Amino acid sequence: MRARMVYAVLVMLALAAPFLGLYPVFLMKLLCFAMFACAFNLLLGYTKMLSFGHAAYFGSSAYVTGWLVTVHGWGTIAGLLAGVAVAALLGLLIGAIAVRRQGIYFAMITLALSQLVFFICLQADFTGGENGLQGIPRGSLFGLIGLGHDRTMYYFVLAVFVAVYVCIRRIVHSPFGQVLKAIRANEPRAVSLGYKVDRYKLLAFVLSAGISGLAGSLKSLVLGFVTLSDVSQGTSGEVILMTLLGGSGTFLGPVIGANVVVSLQEYLSDLVGSWVSVIIGVIFVVCVMTFRRGFVGEIQRRFAR
Amino acid sequence: MTAVFGVPLPAILGQLMLGLVNGSFYALLSLGLAVIFGLLGVVNFAHGAFYMLGAFAAYVGLQFLGVNYWCALILAPLAVGLLGIVVERLFLRHLYQLDPLYGLLLTFGMALIAEGCMRGLFGVSGKSYPVPELLRGGFNLGFMVLPIYRAWVILASVTVCGTTWFLIERTRLGSRLRAATENARLVQAFGINVPIMVMSTYGAGVALAALAGVLAAPVVQVSPLMGSSLVIVVFAVVVIGGMGSILGAIVSGLVLGLVEGLTKVIYPEASNIVVFVIMAMVLMWRPTGLFGKE
Repeated sequence: MRARMVYAVLVMLALAAPFLGLYPVFLMKLLCFAMFACAFNLLLGYTKMLSFGHAAYFGSSAYVTGWLVTVHGWGTIAGLLAGVAVAALLGLLIGAIAVRRQGIYFAMITLALSQLVFFICLQADFTGGENGLQGIPRGSLFGLIGLGHDRTMYYFVLAVFVAVYVCIRRIVHSPFGQVLKAIRANEPRAVSLGYKVDRYKLLAFVLSAGISGLAGSLKSLVLGFVTLSDVSQGTSGEVILMTLLGGSGTFLGPVIGANVVVSLQEYLSDLVGSWVSVIIGVIFVVCVMTFRRGFVGEIQRRFAR
Repeated sequence: MTAVFGVPLPAILGQLMLGLVNGSFYALLSLGLAVIFGLLGVVNFAHGAFYMLGAFAAYVGLQFLGVNYWCALILAPLAVGLLGIVVERLFLRHLYQLDPLYGLLLTFGMALIAEGCMRGLFGVSGKSYPVPELLRGGFNLGFMVLPIYRAWVILASVTVCGTTWFLIERTRLGSRLRAATENARLVQAFGINVPIMVMSTYGAGVALAALAGVLAAPVVQVSPLMGSSLVIVVFAVVVIGGMGSILGAIVSGLVLGLVEGLTKVIYPEASNIVVFVIMAMVLMWRPTGLFGKE
């Protein structure tokens, strides 16, 4: 009941946000990163797989969508779907190699393979190399509703975000999600119960990669550009921080974490310039040392008592 | 003039030499990473940052304090190693009981802080560090010119790696270290001060990274970002070699450097990614790495 009230208030806030004087592009950026963090949380929070290279899916999907929409004149929806398909495929390839190892090995392997994707994006022709892609048009929905206007685009992104959020909740509460949690709790036990653990983990990885891709593609349409930083290690680190700070393994945690981190970056980069990465690092350290449950996790623990 | 793949032989040998120099850095870094991982169970993401700090310590020493290269070779690893010990005492120590992922995340945060600070202080542009006078020039071997500094880097790295291997595998201190890696509580019960050992191991591993940084300073540009991409390659190297294997880390570091150099000759576009591709192939064939056991 309480959760429903919270969601009702949040949705209302989100619907009203553009009229409260908040800048729609900034809000959309928040939503994209929140979606990215939710996708990441599906792995870290519910399966305890720490992928250190999630920017690979976020960024490559953004590149694919941006390239198809700009150079080949694909429609918005087709471009988004193609981006997601590429991200999911990439997730399948990398995941198939990475899920063979657990824990830190998994983290190191995903990191190394995402660096591979980074170098491919750096050298390939279609990504524009160091310059990235610019002037990506937002297009329209089925040729009916133009998305050029910020407010229209905002409601489109919000709708996609809510759909994805509900979808993730559904996945976590499904029998499949229960198996994931069983793997998180005790992997050898799940194996001995007869579950093909690697397949479950791989499917979770592909789902997470696909949703991360959707977030990246949406971001490329919102901002109209894609740069190398979208596939870089820094972005992979940020999504970890967002999830950890908000509370991994909670539904709302990543959303809150993403909002905090993106807002901080936006606000601080004007104020302190390049020192912003020091601040992000300090938050990382504080979070790991004292605050491992994250905002939502800590609140839930207080209420549970 | 002989040529292979349409590339003249001296050019190939030059690239292989460069590859071996890079391999020396990989070996030093992955050795430290493997030693730290073995005893602490921590994947030290800050390893690249400590390498960068080592190079900066040498640079700052020369520019502002008049410390020459040879002193820097000793002082920079000492200073950075001490910093590592502080990090271990203040932060890492509290995470040993937890999931090892937290150690990785903590050191990642540390790396961000170190890189951000250096960027704020020195900017992103690379600084050049002069090759010390004694090591300038090159030998003419007849078929190629061998720059003395590069030969020195390889020699120094192989010597240090060999000594470390000897210390760990063949001495009393090393046998205690290996025993603590197997079962820290039991070793503690025998009256060996394990926390001190853990602390100095982290310091030593970090000092190795800083030493690599000093050695690298004259051949690469000293910049705040020099460690961040290197550490990922080194991760791939230790995954290939098998975590926890000292010899595996050294050998795969050197060999992968060579392979990278060779790729630069045959297919330059792939030289950035060849290590990662090899890692993927090794993992498909042997998930525990070449020298790893499980």
